Amino acid sequence: MPRLSVEDLSFSYRDRRVLHGVTFSVDAGEVLGLVGPNGCGKTTLIRCVDGMLTPDGGRVMLDKRAIRTMHRREVAQAMAYVPQSAGNRTAATVFETVLMGRRPYLNWTVNRTDEEKVVAALDALDLGDLALRKVGELSGGERQRVMIARALVQETGAILLDEPTSNLDVCHQMGVMEVLRGLAEEKGLSIVIALHDLNLAATYCHRLMVMKAGAVYGYGAPDEVLTEEMLRAVYGIEAVVKRDLAAPYMVPVRSGSLRGGA
Amino acid sequence: MEQNVVIQEGYARLKKTRALFIGGLLAALVILVGIAVTLGSADFTVAESYLAILAGLFPGTFTAPEMAEIIVWDYRLHRVLFAVCAGFGLAVAGSVMQGILRNPLASPFTLGVASAATTGASIAIVLGAGVVGGDYLVIGNAFLFALLAALAIYGMARYRGIGSETMVLAGIAIMYLFSAVTSLLQYVGSAEQLRAVVFWTFGSVDKSTWPKLAIVSLVLACTIPYLLYRAWDLNALAEGDEVAAGLGVPVERSMIVFMMIASLITAVIICFTGTIGFIGLVAPHITRMAIGGDFRTLLPASGLVGALLLLGADSVARSVLAPQVLPVGIVTAFLGVPFFIYLFMHRRDA
Repeated sequence: MPRLSVEDLSFSYRDRRVLHGVTFSVDAGEVLGLVGPNGCGKTTLIRCVDGMLTPDGGRVMLDKRAIRTMHRREVAQAMAYVPQSAGNRTAATVFETVLMGRRPYLNWTVNRTDEEKVVAALDALDLGDLALRKVGELSGGERQRVMIARALVQETGAILLDEPTSNLDVCHQMGVMEVLRGLAEEKGLSIVIALHDLNLAATYCHRLMVMKAGAVYGYGAPDEVLTEEMLRAVYGIEAVVKRDLAAPYMVPVRSGSLRGGA
Repeated sequence: MEQNVVIQEGYARLKKTRALFIGGLLAALVILVGIAVTLGSADFTVAESYLAILAGLFPGTFTAPEMAEIIVWDYRLHRVLFAVCAGFGLAVAGSVMQGILRNPLASPFTLGVASAATTGASIAIVLGAGVVGGDYLVIGNAFLFALLAALAIYGMARYRGIGSETMVLAGIAIMYLFSAVTSLLQYVGSAEQLRAVVFWTFGSVDKSTWPKLAIVSLVLACTIPYLLYRAWDLNALAEGDEVAAGLGVPVERSMIVFMMIASLITAVIICFTGTIGFIGLVAPHITRMAIGGDFRTLLPASGLVGALLLLGADSVARSVLAPQVLPVGIVTAFLGVPFFIYLFMHRRDA
């Protein structure tokens, strides 16, 4: 029984259909990568899964409970959400920003246990030295780690992240993905990440789901999903997919420049 | 492990700084109240004014010169306390609006609530029309129009989908609309009416009375504890709608409730004072610069900063050209803006 399962989900903005017939599941300890071109519905899907948007049809089950029947606070205790470019506006310290992740459990006061949980999350993401700095002063990669730390102190079984690596250099991209994969495997978390970088997704995700125009085009292990045919059909690009490393990776090719034997 | 202790100690220090800041502001306010009560044509000392206040509160225990007690209780104290409450309320309303709209320029004034109140007052002054008659004609109109503006902002945001940007845009549109109506009324009004409207827009606490003070303090007593109770939700909303939703805050409902409360606080104050700008905009900024943005401490602290600013400005307004009293709105801008710019230029992370 998977921890998070989405069955036949559909959603429309007014009369424009954005998602239809989306079905997938995520097990404990698994990282699922959502990939697809701009506007294919990745962000909308994540918002529907988290219950921020109400789907027209289908259902989202988390730990055998339907999200639709849960109170917002209960959802926040079961599933954390890291929106795109979160934390850009934060004027608070790293400690306080992460502490806010306890909000689904807090009434007013913060007790010792809450503080200790924050310290542990900071520790896990190697943010101890930055705890008392303001989030606004940090680099993009550090800020993203703060957002992940906040999701961690929510103590949920599942975490949804919307393009956590956008605006990061390749070193920080790998750093963030490394942390997420590690958390999934060590703590048995179910993680769903919307990503643009296919090579990053193939390297760090257990499974990939390719979306095209609001529907699932392909779903499976990176080896099965990342193919030249998929890139042509979904992105409309010519690329070569190499399989000489542990994970497949794609190299885009300028039209007309593909040489025989390449 | 050692680092963990350092982090927790650092956070404890931050909490202590905040408590000290609030304590310091409270002490400063008590002192300023004592000084403000001595200001006026009848001369008595700060000690006498404290005694007069205490004598009124505990008649058997304390005694003060009879004259001082009469002047303090009948003429001065309600004005001083009104300035404290008005400053407190405007600053809290500004903090809430800046927080949930995530816009440093948000305040009751930039969102059209105040310009709507001015329009309401102008209609009463120029056309003599209003919902309630008599002494409360101008006040009633100002109050109703302020709430009307808040409802209009809410209506537009609701239609378009409630988000902070929609609310700010709707607020600015509303501000221009009501300003135009006020200008039209000023254009058609007589010279005397024009003078009355303009004077109303200056803002002052001259017309305070004990009953008015009671109304304002009652509204503050009902709303501010609720805002404090939901401080974590305000913290989450200040980070963004999506972050707040992800942390379990019902975003739309909360935005509406907070906007309505901030508008109600503003409306009940400015209907008695006219437009006192600047406090609601600047007090939250000053406070955030000093102790950060946690609403659990930001709300009371910025309220106290607002109270100090307004009472300080009113004291200057009463004494600088005595016996002439300047409109306090002018003084808040003259004193506060340079101070604010100074802070702003010296603190990068504002």
